[in-house]
Amino acid sequence: MKLRKASAITGSLATLALVLSACGGGDIAAEEKENESQAAAAGDCGELNMAVNPWVGFAADAYVVGHLAETELGCTVNYKDLKEEVSWQGFGTGEVDVVIEDWGHPDLEKLYFEDQGGDGSAMEMGPTGNVGIIGWYVAPWMAEEYPDITDWENLNDYADMFETPESGGKGQFLGADPSYVQFDEAIVANLGLDFQVVFSGSEAASIAAFEKAEANKTPLIGYFYEPQWFMSEVPLVKVNLPEFTDGCQDVAQDVACDYPETQLKKVVATEFAESDSPAVDLIANFQWTNDDQNLVAKYISVDGMSAEEAAATWVEENPDKVEAWLS
Amino acid sequence: MTSPPDAPGEATRPVAPRPRRVVPLWGWLLVVVVIWWVASRIGDGRAVLYLPGQETTDFHDRFTDLKADLIAGRDTNVLMQVVGAVSDAFNGVVEQLQGLVSTPDLPRPVPQIGWLGVLGIAGWVSLAIAGWRHALGTMASLAAVGLLGYWVDGMDTLIITFFSVAVSLALGLPLAVWMGTSRRVNAVVTPVLDVLQTFPAFVYLAPMALFFSLGPAIAVAVTVLYALPPAVRISAHALRSVSETTIEATTSLGQTGWQRLIKVQLPMARPSIIVGVNQTMMAALSISVIAGFVNGPGLGKPVLRALTAGSNQVGVAFVAGASIVLIAIMLDRVTTAASERTELVARGGGGNRRTQRIVLAVAGAAALVSVYVSRTYFSFAEFPDTEVGPEVADAVQSATDWTTSNFSGLTTGIQESVTTVFINPLQDLVAGSPWFVTGLALLVLSQLLAGWRGALISAVCLSGIYATDLWYDAMVTLTSVLVATLFVMVVAVVLGVWMARRRLVDRLLRPLLDAGQVMPSFVYLIPVLALFGPGRFTAIVAAFIYAVPVATKLVADGVRQVSETTVEAATAAGSTPWQLITKVQLPMARGHLVLAANQGLLFVLAMVVIGGLVGGGALGYDSVLGFSRGEFFGKGVSAGIAIVLLGIMVDRVARGAAERDRSAPGLLVRLRTRTPAHHLS
Repeated sequence: MKLRKASAITGSLATLALVLSACGGGDIAAEEKENESQAAAAGDCGELNMAVNPWVGFAADAYVVGHLAETELGCTVNYKDLKEEVSWQGFGTGEVDVVIEDWGHPDLEKLYFEDQGGDGSAMEMGPTGNVGIIGWYVAPWMAEEYPDITDWENLNDYADMFETPESGGKGQFLGADPSYVQFDEAIVANLGLDFQVVFSGSEAASIAAFEKAEANKTPLIGYFYEPQWFMSEVPLVKVNLPEFTDGCQDVAQDVACDYPETQLKKVVATEFAESDSPAVDLIANFQWTNDDQNLVAKYISVDGMSAEEAAATWVEENPDKVEAWLS
Repeated sequence: MTSPPDAPGEATRPVAPRPRRVVPLWGWLLVVVVIWWVASRIGDGRAVLYLPGQETTDFHDRFTDLKADLIAGRDTNVLMQVVGAVSDAFNGVVEQLQGLVSTPDLPRPVPQIGWLGVLGIAGWVSLAIAGWRHALGTMASLAAVGLLGYWVDGMDTLIITFFSVAVSLALGLPLAVWMGTSRRVNAVVTPVLDVLQTFPAFVYLAPMALFFSLGPAIAVAVTVLYALPPAVRISAHALRSVSETTIEATTSLGQTGWQRLIKVQLPMARPSIIVGVNQTMMAALSISVIAGFVNGPGLGKPVLRALTAGSNQVGVAFVAGASIVLIAIMLDRVTTAASERTELVARGGGGNRRTQRIVLAVAGAAALVSVYVSRTYFSFAEFPDTEVGPEVADAVQSATDWTTSNFSGLTTGIQESVTTVFINPLQDLVAGSPWFVTGLALLVLSQLLAGWRGALISAVCLSGIYATDLWYDAMVTLTSVLVATLFVMVVAVVLGVWMARRRLVDRLLRPLLDAGQVMPSFVYLIPVLALFGPGRFTAIVAAFIYAVPVATKLVADGVRQVSETTVEAATAAGSTPWQLITKVQLPMARGHLVLAANQGLLFVLAMVVIGGLVGGGALGYDSVLGFSRGEFFGKGVSAGIAIVLLGIMVDRVARGAAERDRSAPGLLVRLRTRTPAHHLS
């Protein structure tokens, strides 16, 4: 009884297989052959190991460059989702070739840049063209309602308003993701501001907080930065701190000035830079604007495209910019 | 403080008859808290040992230098070269497996075995070890993962899970055997396992990456470190619980120790060892998202990517998280059924062998056909793209958006009042008192709750915390952990009693609780953030969601175990349902309640680091900071140490309190419910 049932199943499966072979999708064996012949004819790019640090702007740069390396130069691009610290560790072992957007990591440079006494496994490869602006920001509605809040000297007048149950009787200043270099605790202390730094803990948490503050018209001041896709959603307004001068941020405890504008740069593995991979020139030539990056980041974060789709879309829309990197 | 009446030494004093307790335990506790509070007012914020978020001390910098030295010497470090060779081997194995089922095995445009073949084989294996119902369940779960659009990532997660579990068992079983034969080994290994289970993975991710490189090997290594403790613990327990009489009987027949192990202990312990495999798998899955932080292949990556892309991607993260849940439930059900079945077979049951063999042979043939088909046709090799995943994601997204936009006013109110009424006053007391006042108060409380042994353990742990230079942060974390556990217990008792009294409620809630336990917390972090904003309360909510399921299940089991006759007798005596619950069922389930509180605490503690990502601050923030930035590595390590010490202290005091209660359930219950305690996912 059981046996007959089982053989019926086998029979129907075999029939199914036959039917499938009649309408089957395509021929795997044929494509395998094609791949083999293609591999023989392909260029000499080989593999390109691209770190993807955890923010959307970074992914925008990485996938646009990666897309071009793949489609124009025939590289096999490996995207590796890593934080900065771990990415830089990978330069020396050949596991990471490129960190496409670096906001400045003096401590890592000391470990890995030869001219700074490191092991020489990493080196700079010019600016990305993006300018990083870090600073103190308030929700847009506040700047409208209290125009003079954008000057740090008036912040103490508003400190009460920013008080939350988290901030121990002072105004709350929302510190950012621990990945970023922050001097806010020192700035608050040295400027004599009546604020307490409360760390959001992640970029996602900071964005959620600003989104909520703008939607509910609740007060919020905190650390933020450009380029960032979120700025096109909720254009935060920058508070002017005492202007940055050379050296004013050298001693962490004594900082009492604004953050400098940062030329974001590309960092690559020395071994990769010295190789004859055609991707080296592409990385060296790659430069674009904050608006370019924000557009790709918006495709990903707001329009819900995958990073690959977003990059392909932008590349298609901007042939002239792309042309310049490839020549 | 005076010792409670049942402290050792009391019995020898020539007092007869034994006097009734003049002051009950809660009275003593109250006295301690009042004195503590007064002392904290006098202290007025002095000597709290506060260290700003981005500052370090010499203690921290020592670890940071250690890591810098490691990096500088990595070309000549012998240990690193050896580990590097091991990790190359791991990478090789994982890449082979990926070529087999997940990624194109070049020059083949697709993996060797396509999705249909995988379904066939998985179904056949489930049929062989767990029966036809589970075979169907397995195939349905895998197909669902494919429909949701995560076939490849799902396969990668399975590869990492299976490989890590295999490594864990290969290391864990011999260790368990060794522990079973020697008390001394047992005494050494147990605390090491405790530390492995509570030390936040975030802290050792970056240094591990130095040793294991950034391929799949590091995902395997991180998973093994986390999955090893349950594998060892449960196997050791299984071997130990083989009945004494059996062992004596075989010894008297002249068996050697080795024969006994191979012929008696291992076979007899097999069902329990499969429970160990089950728990090891669950632990491995629960850390899969963390592995995504170091590019570990699998479903962790899409979940994390959604976290960085912001609030528009909650739906996407949910779909990826749901795939993890599907895989977890599938593996759980199959291994549980397999364990029950081996028990059945061991007792001589299990149905007709001949029919079974024929069914298996036929099903095997079908599986082979499916493999052949999946190797031949594209549509059965690559899982077809469907709209199911995006549609589910959109639905979840709009539901989340609707909830957050409509309720965020209300939720802000809740967040503010809970923070002001519960968290802040308690934190003022625990963290805001001078450190020596808090330290002394905690010692006295430990003594009152768990006796001198408890006080001694607390003394050691508190000295350790003091040494990490993170006293203030540790006390803030302790406060949040206590508040979260309180909320967990309130809800667990309400839900647990309800489940125990109504079958239907139990049937409806249980799958939800299961899912809540395995759903990676990263999925719900963003909606929780949108509702409550960053802060300690949000961290508490995240911990609450993670810890409520296990506590609720324990309470429900405890209440249900109260014997029918007792309940009937009480009802016949005219008890109202309220009296029945408060006077009979809850007191008689006290052992389970204590255990639920203990487990709730540990689960909450496991979420401290996640709390650091959503504004919980304190030790959680320090751990994340240490992982994110090299110059704070040492601070992260110190925070990890402090978390472990807090965990040991709280666990031992709670356990000490539980052991004074005779109705506390035995070790096995504890083991079975222990994992998947995971700090992060």
